[in-house]
Amino acid sequence: MDRRQFIRAGSAASAVSVLGITAGCASVGGGAGGKVVVVGGGYGGATAAKYIRMWSEGKIEVTLVEPNATFISCPISNLVLGGTKTMADITTPYDNLKARHGVRIVADRVSGIDMDKRQVSLAGGGTLPYDRLILSPGVDFMWESLPGMNKPGAQEKIMHAWKAGPQTVTLRQQLEAMPDGGVFAMAIPLAPYRCPPGPYERACQVASYFQKAKPKSKVLVLDANDDVTSKGPLFKKAWADRYKGVIEYMPKHRLVDVDAVTNTLKFDFNDDVKATVLNVIPPMRAGDVVAKAGLATANNRWSEVDWITMEHAKAKGVHILGDSTLSAPQMPKSGHMANQHGKVAAAAVVAMLSGRAPDQLPIYNNTCYSFVSATDVVHVASVHRYEADKKTMVPVQGSGGVSGAASEIEGRFAMAWARNIWADSLA
Amino acid sequence: MNRALALALTAALASAAPLSQAQTSPTQVKSWAAGCASCHGTNGQAQPGMPPLAGKNAADMTDKLLAYKSGAAPSTIMTQLAKGYTDDQLKAIAGYFAVQKK
Repeated sequence: MDRRQFIRAGSAASAVSVLGITAGCASVGGGAGGKVVVVGGGYGGATAAKYIRMWSEGKIEVTLVEPNATFISCPISNLVLGGTKTMADITTPYDNLKARHGVRIVADRVSGIDMDKRQVSLAGGGTLPYDRLILSPGVDFMWESLPGMNKPGAQEKIMHAWKAGPQTVTLRQQLEAMPDGGVFAMAIPLAPYRCPPGPYERACQVASYFQKAKPKSKVLVLDANDDVTSKGPLFKKAWADRYKGVIEYMPKHRLVDVDAVTNTLKFDFNDDVKATVLNVIPPMRAGDVVAKAGLATANNRWSEVDWITMEHAKAKGVHILGDSTLSAPQMPKSGHMANQHGKVAAAAVVAMLSGRAPDQLPIYNNTCYSFVSATDVVHVASVHRYEADKKTMVPVQGSGGVSGAASEIEGRFAMAWARNIWADSLA
Repeated sequence: MNRALALALTAALASAAPLSQAQTSPTQVKSWAAGCASCHGTNGQAQPGMPPLAGKNAADMTDKLLAYKSGAAPSTIMTQLAKGYTDDQLKAIAGYFAVQKK
């Protein structure tokens, strides 16, 4: 449907929405209903599911397909590695999406998408029909770029811990089991990857743990990028002031292979690095469900979306959220951003299923806190606005910025941010 | 025509209007305000540690947001975020939160 047809449909349906409004409260979310399937219950998908139910006043049926029993947050998970938070602290159940918002939750994986019939198949059997489909699967890893990681046992021994969950627990156990004087080496892929400042925060957290528990141990940060990709001066100050002699940062180290038997990292131009505990953060792409559906259309890695609706540029009726999207200029792949995507998609889906044109000026904000110690935090913030001429989101000139210095008060804000975004996405 | 219906009709017409007539629809304002909810809670009903926005006075909130925007009010993050919105957008967002249940 092109825009003109859409507007005509919108006008025809406006009488219906008027009745919906006067019968209900001040919201203008009333409409015809419909079926939405959301795949992936992270910051993007859970938020979209909740807000569609809320903004359609329960008229649109929403089914969330998510194999994990609970939501485990990537943000704050580096503090589990540092030893000051537990897995329980970063875990939220999906119960409230069902109890408070009437989201139907299916604990399964999607095995296929039929875009003509508008239905998804479930790995456990059965299909789910949809009027609109939302895919928010996060990232999956490009293991093909690291041949040694595909050998038997390699992925069980060497953690990425870049999806919070069992890998986070195992990496923490490896750090605990490491003898004092051991070396922890982390490899960072070229941008774009999920959570730009995440690896540098992780370096701080592991170093902080070493200072307390294993003072002779070291952290090696081997970064494929030319420099720290986010909050650079703030992280470098933390490393110099707080972790001198503990953290060694080495840019321009592009990992090309891993020998999991000898714990060796191999680079394109630099010498091999052997360490006691390896943490390999591999190059990433859109989640498997997106890639397998042929929707990772940008460089075979990410999905191009219409930022007004989050609909895939080449797949009508399919919306893509969060880390799987081809990021707009200077838009980070973050949980906060995925939460914002979820709301814009929810508003667009409710509008489209009610025969209204979607609103035309999405504005996203992003705030991202990083713990440089157990208590002290630095942030980066930005605001992104739709630019109709360029058909993309652009940072609003003069907005955004970083902390002046790490502080404990921002540490308290960071935990308050986590509580609020977990509730906003899931409760 | 009662007031509610008149408002509703205006909203319905605005949402069906072509792009060139750039009126801000209630759903657009709701969507902008939802951006704030990531930190300040759904509909401004915050969890502990962040200021709630639901049910606060609209004029006070607008003043505060404009003070963040100008830098007159000290903050860690709000001055950087407020600069991303026009004065009218901030006013509309404050108006949205003012009528939400505390």
